[in-house]
Amino acid sequence: MEPLRPFSSRVLPLIVDDVDTDQIIPARFLKVTDKVGLGKKLFSDWRYEADGSPKPGFPLNDPKHAGAQVLLAGHNFGCGSSREHAPWSLVDYGFRAVIATSFADIFGGNALKNGLLPIVLEPALHAELRAAVEADPNVEIHVDLASQTVTLPSGKSASFPVDPFAKTMLLEGVDELGYLLAKDDAIAAFEARRA
Amino acid sequence: MKTLFDKVWDSHVVAEDPGAPAVIYVDLHLVHEVTSPQAFTGLRERGLKVRRPERTKATMDHSTPTRKGSDGRFVFVDAQNEAQLEVLRKNCADFGIELFALGEASNGIVHVVGPERGLTHPGMTIVCGDSHTSTHGAFGALAFGIGTSQVEHVLATQCLLHARPKTFRVTFEGTPGLGVSAKDLILALIAEIGVGGATGHVLEYAGDAIRALDMEGRMTVCNMSIEAGAKAGMIAPDDVTFQYLAGRDRAPNGADFDAAVQAWKTLPTDEGARFDRELRIDAAALVPRLTWGTNPGMGVAIDQPVPDPAQMQDAQAREATQKALTYMGLEAGKPLLGRGVDVVFIGSCTNSRISDLRAAAKIFEGRKVASGVRALVVPGSYDVKKQAEAEGLHRVFEAAGAEWREPGCSMCIAMNGDQIEPGQVAVSTSNRNFEGRQGKGGRTLLASPFTAAAAAVTGKVTDPRTLLS
Ligand code: SF4
Repeated sequence: MEPLRPFSSRVLPLIVDDVDTDQIIPARFLKVTDKVGLGKKLFSDWRYEADGSPKPGFPLNDPKHAGAQVLLAGHNFGCGSSREHAPWSLVDYGFRAVIATSFADIFGGNALKNGLLPIVLEPALHAELRAAVEADPNVEIHVDLASQTVTLPSGKSASFPVDPFAKTMLLEGVDELGYLLAKDDAIAAFEARRA
Repeated sequence: MKTLFDKVWDSHVVAEDPGAPAVIYVDLHLVHEVTSPQAFTGLRERGLKVRRPERTKATMDHSTPTRKGSDGRFVFVDAQNEAQLEVLRKNCADFGIELFALGEASNGIVHVVGPERGLTHPGMTIVCGDSHTSTHGAFGALAFGIGTSQVEHVLATQCLLHARPKTFRVTFEGTPGLGVSAKDLILALIAEIGVGGATGHVLEYAGDAIRALDMEGRMTVCNMSIEAGAKAGMIAPDDVTFQYLAGRDRAPNGADFDAAVQAWKTLPTDEGARFDRELRIDAAALVPRLTWGTNPGMGVAIDQPVPDPAQMQDAQAREATQKALTYMGLEAGKPLLGRGVDVVFIGSCTNSRISDLRAAAKIFEGRKVASGVRALVVPGSYDVKKQAEAEGLHRVFEAAGAEWREPGCSMCIAMNGDQIEPGQVAVSTSNRNFEGRQGKGGRTLLASPFTAAAAAVTGKVTDPRTLLS
């Protein structure tokens, strides 16, 4: 995994509450046995017409948001299933962070494991950012994981919570499996104790 | 003084570094074809093997066909489904994992076969790359869904990293009336606290109404814990639990079983133990329920109208309600009773066990599926199917004009070709009514087997109590 360094980006607004994993990546795309190309399926049912052409008006199809690496969502983003295809598809599309007023548990954890930063903003700052992006899609925010801050287009800096452990892992680019494998002695001792 | 959750958690902590989540040992790991391939690929890429292959069991359920052709062979709708099963077969063979393969007597939906084979025990930690793993909590196990990265972690180390969740006890008091089932209890809770209402918590279900449920009803309740945002749902083991387990092929037997029961009896929450949150629900006052919207929290009592956004104060709630009503093709403030139905699905890991099929059969018996309605009954496993056929339930369904299928997830997730068409209304006993969950553009009303069967035979949303004598 690549270490997550500070970055600036434009923001793609998709202000819908309770966006579930079936919307992020519909189940019919879970038949794959690898992770490649899932970004094209991201938000499929909202994004494409029945004939596969892009739906006009959907933010991901709007050229004015092209290249944004941050998704601005609503409340309780990522509820539903534990499918990791959801963060995989967001990452494959090119998102590096999702901002919401809250996240569903499993999604938040899965996102962090895949280098996608779930950023919780309090409602007032969330509303400010939404207004700024809707007024001008070219405004940028700056995301810095080390200091756990987002700098809004107004220059206002907002801090966000991150699980300290996940933070260390993301900054160092180490994954959880490496950490667990290093616990081999403790695991063996636990197994011996219970046998 | 400890809660049931505390006891199970504490006995599975392998290590806990300051500032890091706990390393938790996993007793039982269940695997299916959809969320595991990338995990096995990860193992191969790192040159790792499976640490405890005997603690992982695999089944095929999501992509499996529920129809056989006249030649007796399964009818696959696309090659990708078949390929996914092949990949699982190869992964299990390569890594030494027992597989309950499609077509074998032990096969079925992962959360149906675990308990049924006697693999699920009180006090265990159980994980699976599937959010409805919470089902196994009905036995007093700590069971939850994990992502594919964690599937890889568990395969490689038999452990995963997890921060300690909070606890939330929900007590269902009193005795529910006729026609009010386990599904109605859990739908009532989710409507009350919302789809994010238990986020970060492990639920413990308690109270007379829970104690009175059989194991299958308890599994129905725990199954949908995740739909309230909970990490897991648990029910303290008791004699009902022990009786269910006695004699199952993978449960301990003889003196081992007696010793296990003694240990399991120490698991229930101690008197006076503290929960982070508590809620009481009057189960005696509940009536059959139904969801009207596009998440499992958007539900009402069957005799109530759907909400009217115009009556709502909160702008976001108003918007969400309007959006859901539009998708569902419903009129604000109007009753659901009498609403026409196109499809009825009885199945899924929520409600596809023998007691669910018996409940549905009670309504189907002597009646016909209404004209223009397609009714699909999909048993949760081959064990369930065999039992149902031994009892003649399949004849009741077929005589009524319902389709009796091979086991699998089927129309719950619509990955295998069983799906509803755009705009169709389905009353389903499954657990998710998200937009497109049962097929693109499909509209799902979640309900109990009673309510689903009542919709099938009347062709509209009907209070099942009017058909039960
Ligand atoms: S029946 Fe539905 S909810 Fe249950 S495991 Fe299968 S797809 Fe998931």
